[in-house]
Amino acid sequence: MVTDYQPRIIGFLCHWCSYAGADLAGTSRKNYPANLRIIRVPCSGRVDPILVVKCFQMGVDGVLIAGCHPGECHYAEGNYHARRRFALLTPFLNYLGIEEARLRIVWVSASEGKKFSEEVSNFTYELIRLGQRREIAAR
Amino acid sequence: MARVGVFICHCGTNIAGSVNIDEMVDAANKMPSVVYASDNKYTCSEPGQASIRQAIIDNRLNRVVIASCSPRMHENTFRRTVTSAGLNSYLLEMANIREQCSWVHSNNKEAATAKAIDLVRMAVAKATKDEPLFPKEVGLTKRALVIGGGIAGIQAALDIANAGHDVVLVEREPSIGGHMAQLDKTFPTLDCSACILTPKMVDIAQHPKITLRTYAEIDNVQGYIGNFHVQIRQKARKVDHSKCTGCGTCWQKCPEKISSEFDVGVGKRSAIYIPFAQAVPTKPVIDTEHCRYIKYLQFVDEGEEGKKPAECRICEKLCPVSAIDWEQQDQILTEDFGAIVVTTGFKPFDPQVYQEYGVGRIPDVITGIQLERLMNASGPTEGEVIRPSDGTHPKSVVFISCVGSRDDEKGRGYCSKICCMYTAKHTIMLKEHDPEVQSYVFYIDIRAVGKDYEEFIRRAQEEAGTIYLRGRVSKIHRKGAKLIVQGEDSLIGRPVEIEADLVVLATGMEPSEGVIELAQGLNLSHDSYNFLMEAHPKLRPVETHIDGVFLAGSCIGPRDIPECVAHGSAAAAKVAGLFSQEKLVIEPLTALVDPLKCVGCLACVQVCPFNAPEEQKARDGRTIAYINDALCKGCGLCVVACRPGAINLRGFANDQLLAEVVSLW
Repeated sequence: MVTDYQPRIIGFLCHWCSYAGADLAGTSRKNYPANLRIIRVPCSGRVDPILVVKCFQMGVDGVLIAGCHPGECHYAEGNYHARRRFALLTPFLNYLGIEEARLRIVWVSASEGKKFSEEVSNFTYELIRLGQRREIAAR
Repeated sequence: MARVGVFICHCGTNIAGSVNIDEMVDAANKMPSVVYASDNKYTCSEPGQASIRQAIIDNRLNRVVIASCSPRMHENTFRRTVTSAGLNSYLLEMANIREQCSWVHSNNKEAATAKAIDLVRMAVAKATKDEPLFPKEVGLTKRALVIGGGIAGIQAALDIANAGHDVVLVEREPSIGGHMAQLDKTFPTLDCSACILTPKMVDIAQHPKITLRTYAEIDNVQGYIGNFHVQIRQKARKVDHSKCTGCGTCWQKCPEKISSEFDVGVGKRSAIYIPFAQAVPTKPVIDTEHCRYIKYLQFVDEGEEGKKPAECRICEKLCPVSAIDWEQQDQILTEDFGAIVVTTGFKPFDPQVYQEYGVGRIPDVITGIQLERLMNASGPTEGEVIRPSDGTHPKSVVFISCVGSRDDEKGRGYCSKICCMYTAKHTIMLKEHDPEVQSYVFYIDIRAVGKDYEEFIRRAQEEAGTIYLRGRVSKIHRKGAKLIVQGEDSLIGRPVEIEADLVVLATGMEPSEGVIELAQGLNLSHDSYNFLMEAHPKLRPVETHIDGVFLAGSCIGPRDIPECVAHGSAAAAKVAGLFSQEKLVIEPLTALVDPLKCVGCLACVQVCPFNAPEEQKARDGRTIAYINDALCKGCGLCVVACRPGAINLRGFANDQLLAEVVSLW
């Protein structure tokens, strides 16, 4: 996709699955766009919805949250909590005037380097398609 | 005041090849709190580490950021480096600019450099808020639990016990021995499997340090390294093993005969049974699903209409020591362990999905393990290889390899590693049983990597005269008493048709039944095929991400016997190493409650999967939460759940994550 607009993405990756999956994407040289900035957290359940809102407030274009597949959480049920929390946050983002599509939650296991690469690429292209955030563009 | 030093690694050309290092050093020098920045060809090498130590001392650094590979790779290495320069090991942050940057953005050096700088910026921001942390010490129980009594588990249990520690070996079947006990011979030496396995099984039963619990399963695991509390369910055998002498009268006289699991359907067993003659322990269990008396009791209990079934109770009447105990129920035993070795092994792939091979429809299409039982001198036919349909001796036998292996369509993309070898073994042994037998093998590739393995394949081809045909079988159908195998010889590019008496499917391996439930109970991760995952496939092959839990054998992936034995011993060495310590050090990355902010809502107690938060009375009489460090695993669920924001997570604190985000602007 040819465009000058480069979205800024922050990714919160669980240490046990998705961070390892991102490492595997590297070890297996699965290239993806360089827009993502990764923050390592112990569990997707560690990601505070307020911090996600803060990211948007700072002006990021997209937030990616990646955790273990449901049922495979290293801490037994952290990702279930994450899933619920972000199911509640999504409509609130709408209320704030931020498109739902700018928050994406994916499940990537430690063995899914390819999937991680694909998810990041898809999310990046989706954000490019969405374009700059309305309220930021209006500033 | 934070004085941060940034060390950027070239990793040879791994990083420097796609990231502009000079630009990174310049950028790092301009970041707030950074007082020193430099680059290094290989930061993890001894000279690289020495330069970090020197820089810490020369520049009075009190925070260190290393931009290199993944922290999953070298965080511990660098923790030791900073400790040796007198810094607390938790004043270190790593920026992952290799796996998550240079290796995935090799096509765009400019973007990769910008990203690498951002990752360093985030790590610096987090590091300035790092605080020194101090690991805690806890005691440990020097007693190991081995789950699974196959060859890997047997080896692990014996080695741990010989190192002088108590071991409990839990096996869910009535006997230990696993799949190796089913085999007739082993490749490539053609050793008799039972001759090398059964002495080890007897050693297990007689070892003073080993407690054997067969017909038992793991119900629940709590605790942490050095201090696991495990609930073991001893299933009701309906036979009092303290009285039973294993005389054999009961299983010989039991009138109910059913298909034997051990003989994989080619033989029968009674309802009160030992799985095979050399079973350890040689004491029977009653299969409550098939026992006539238990069926009778159920019939009476439910007050059903119709003809009463026979009361039977023959075993009870004939038992010379009155060991039959109809009242026996499942028993839950709670025991403490310091380490757990998981050796749950594999199950043979069920070939039902290969309908083109006539599985289930044509009786003379059997699996490799069934042939193994037919060839075994102590098997159901006493070593006579006969066709299941008419009992005649097969003269033309076709083997099909890669059944449930290397087949993405059937959801099994991996190589099962043993099938090429055991197929060659079968053809050699068939020739020994009956010189008139001609064997054909349809294969994709021959994988014979191992000591004397390649020679063994040649022996099958040259001495046993086995004809190897490279290609897949497309269809098998019956023609009279014969089976017509249609396939392709891809080396000559022509279809082939072989008239066979018997077809043997070289079925692959898949993870054991119930391994996922066990993995969830132990918090272990598994791959997409449900094989359990080791902490690192090369460098930590028997460890897991859960401290104190080890893996061995084919629960990790397809393995042959020598590998299972080696892994069993490796896991045992790890356990012995663990037990050589008197105290264990616990990671300090745990959650902490600020008692002044806590309002006592106890939302943390509700969300914690490990029961780490507890209710406590503060000195002023308020109810507050308190987190038990030994139980906290540091997931941070409670931090997010905490309404007044009283809980924080050491190492991943709220202000640290916020600083990482804010640093990007």
